[in-house]
Amino acid sequence: MNQFIKETDTVHAGEGATDSAQTVGQVNPPNVKTGADLLITLLKEAGVEVIFGYPGGAVLPIYDSLYDSSIRHILTRHEQGAIHAAEGYARVTGKTGVVLVTSGPGATNLVTGIADAYMDSTPVVVMTGQVTMESIGRDAFQEADIMGITMPVTKHNYQVRDINDLPQVLADAFYIANSGRPGPVLIDLPKNITAGPATYQPLPQPAARGYKIPTAPAKEQVEAIAQLISGAKKPLLYVGGGIISSGASELLRQFAKQTQIPVVSTLMGLGAYPAGDEQFVGMLGMHGTYAANKAITDCDLLLAFGVRFDDRVTGKLQMFSLHSKKVHVDIDAAEIGKNVQVEVPVVANIKDTLEMLLQHHLHPDTKDWLAQLKAWDNEWPLRYHGTSDDLKPQQVVELLAKHTGGQAIVTTEVGQHQMWAALFYPYSRPRQFVTSGGLGTMGFGFPSALGAQVAEPEKTVICVAGDASFQMNIQELQTVVEQGLPLKIAIINNRFLGMVRQWQQFFYEKRYAESRISSPDFVKVAEAYGALGLRATNPAEAEAIIAQAIAHDGPVIMDFVVKEEENVFPMVPPGKGNHEMTLEWSEE
Amino acid sequence: MDIERTFSILVNDRPGVLTRIAGLFARRGFNISSITVGSAEEAGVSRMTIVSHGDEAMAMQVLTQVGKLVDVLDVIDMSKEKIVKRELALIKVKAESSKRQEISHILDPFRVSVVDVGHSSITVQITGDEEKIDALIGLLRPYGIIEISRTGATALLRSGTEEASDAAV
Repeated sequence: MNQFIKETDTVHAGEGATDSAQTVGQVNPPNVKTGADLLITLLKEAGVEVIFGYPGGAVLPIYDSLYDSSIRHILTRHEQGAIHAAEGYARVTGKTGVVLVTSGPGATNLVTGIADAYMDSTPVVVMTGQVTMESIGRDAFQEADIMGITMPVTKHNYQVRDINDLPQVLADAFYIANSGRPGPVLIDLPKNITAGPATYQPLPQPAARGYKIPTAPAKEQVEAIAQLISGAKKPLLYVGGGIISSGASELLRQFAKQTQIPVVSTLMGLGAYPAGDEQFVGMLGMHGTYAANKAITDCDLLLAFGVRFDDRVTGKLQMFSLHSKKVHVDIDAAEIGKNVQVEVPVVANIKDTLEMLLQHHLHPDTKDWLAQLKAWDNEWPLRYHGTSDDLKPQQVVELLAKHTGGQAIVTTEVGQHQMWAALFYPYSRPRQFVTSGGLGTMGFGFPSALGAQVAEPEKTVICVAGDASFQMNIQELQTVVEQGLPLKIAIINNRFLGMVRQWQQFFYEKRYAESRISSPDFVKVAEAYGALGLRATNPAEAEAIIAQAIAHDGPVIMDFVVKEEENVFPMVPPGKGNHEMTLEWSEE
Repeated sequence: MDIERTFSILVNDRPGVLTRIAGLFARRGFNISSITVGSAEEAGVSRMTIVSHGDEAMAMQVLTQVGKLVDVLDVIDMSKEKIVKRELALIKVKAESSKRQEISHILDPFRVSVVDVGHSSITVQITGDEEKIDALIGLLRPYGIIEISRTGATALLRSGTEEASDAAV
């Protein structure tokens, strides 16, 4: 028994906080006997506080070491829930999300989330168990070639075949995941490595030769940008997730204020620039605002900062922003010129670039241009037809914003509700809006809200969900209740796969093939799991249950039964230019 | 301009690195005409030579996407550089004793070596650029080619041009 206590103490000796370490007047090296002990020790040294995971055969040694560790483990109810939770954690903190699962199905269940993190540049380190090295390649029980499977959707992946490689692999994995353009890194851990013997080695400095990160731009490049800005009459900042990743939001605000250049944002960039500011023109692209899409079409200088010219942003490429000179600043060289050719390509950190641009004190005359944007916004502001009887989804989002003072962390699933959450909630700070932009993963929003709430226990976290999306990872309700996470789930319940139905209405003659979907009674579901369930069917009820949900100290499901066939507008139809927006649908 | 492009890629000699690069070419839609891999001048580092084709935009995407891979130490597009580019081929051709003299005359100017001789066939080894090897194959075809194995091209910059290409990376 004494032996056991002593062991536990020395595991924590690295923190210098144990009595035994103090009495002998020296810091003992952490007690490491197995590869798994070394892994957990090094994870702590890497600053890991939370792991989202699910145990299984190939990771039993790791879970055994984790059992005595101070690292918090969140047991989700599906591996996909674990990775989306880690993404949510990473997106709201900027820290690296960490996932631990077993081999085979445990690992393959992560693939969607890994691909999601890759597309949205989210820093995640994923550890998967693997069968013993002796068994690899023999179709062993729960064996899957997760290295091969995830190669196209990870920034890098490793299989640790020698325990002596583990410290360097971990150091490099965390460094690669959360530097440059962030992304997921996977570490595959054969069971004999984690179960086998190991001795303590400290976490080394990262040393991935061949991994290069661009830093500041060349002075000449910044001068070229400055010159274009000075000569521009209709300049426009087109900003995205890169601003948030690099922590450049405040610099962006200063730069926009100094130059009086208006700002449009991608879905991933929402919150990078405060929505309430008069220079903010809104989201652009397929469901962008009228003014934003007019602006991108009409501008004479496009400052594309931390964006990747995604097809949902550009519409038909041949018609994209034809009258503008273009500057593209991104930390990923492969994004430059991938979809759109630009006059000034800059591979650099956007934060450094903005700092250097601020030194130029540029003051282009944008008065007429800002007035024009204002006029477009007045011509067709975001709108919907509200009544006191029908509950409209847009109104639900507005009410959520009202009752949270626009300050909540909002995560979304994917579909119509995602667009309404993007358009009708005024995000005022970076890392406030968490959504699956690139991959468009239904089932992302709820577990990512879980991860966000773990990271930010004091903040209000709302998951705006669709009735269909929510059912994709509904099992995580148990995790939320078990962990006592007070997050609020707002289901925009329209009894349809809303976005699919919208496309079927517009482009498939209203043939609603498999887009009508039924749901369980979400109030009863909430109660069965031990959460609070509330329902609203009109605006007055909606207002009441939101107030009740926000005041409630625990998880709540709000089931908003909204009008069925509401559509997201404006909409740039596929294959059209951004200026060819459909503003309203008329049945002909 | 869609032209033949030769990429020289220095990579860490680690398991799976060929898959990483070949997979990247495949999923980005870049065609691979030939690929050769072998040890480079430094221990633990391999040089890959990939022959492909495409326009300038394609070349830029190859350079930047391949350059992003953590195991890639360096990548250059040698298409516009002065390079030495060589391929080796083994050609097994029918050669009855009555035809051997005639075949020997064809082989002479190509400076090939006959590396195997059988009762009714011979195997020749030729090194050179693609055109030279194609020419020999064309001349031998009438005699009856039994098997061909080509290595694909490998290449290095000519002396004195290394600096220019470093700047291009």
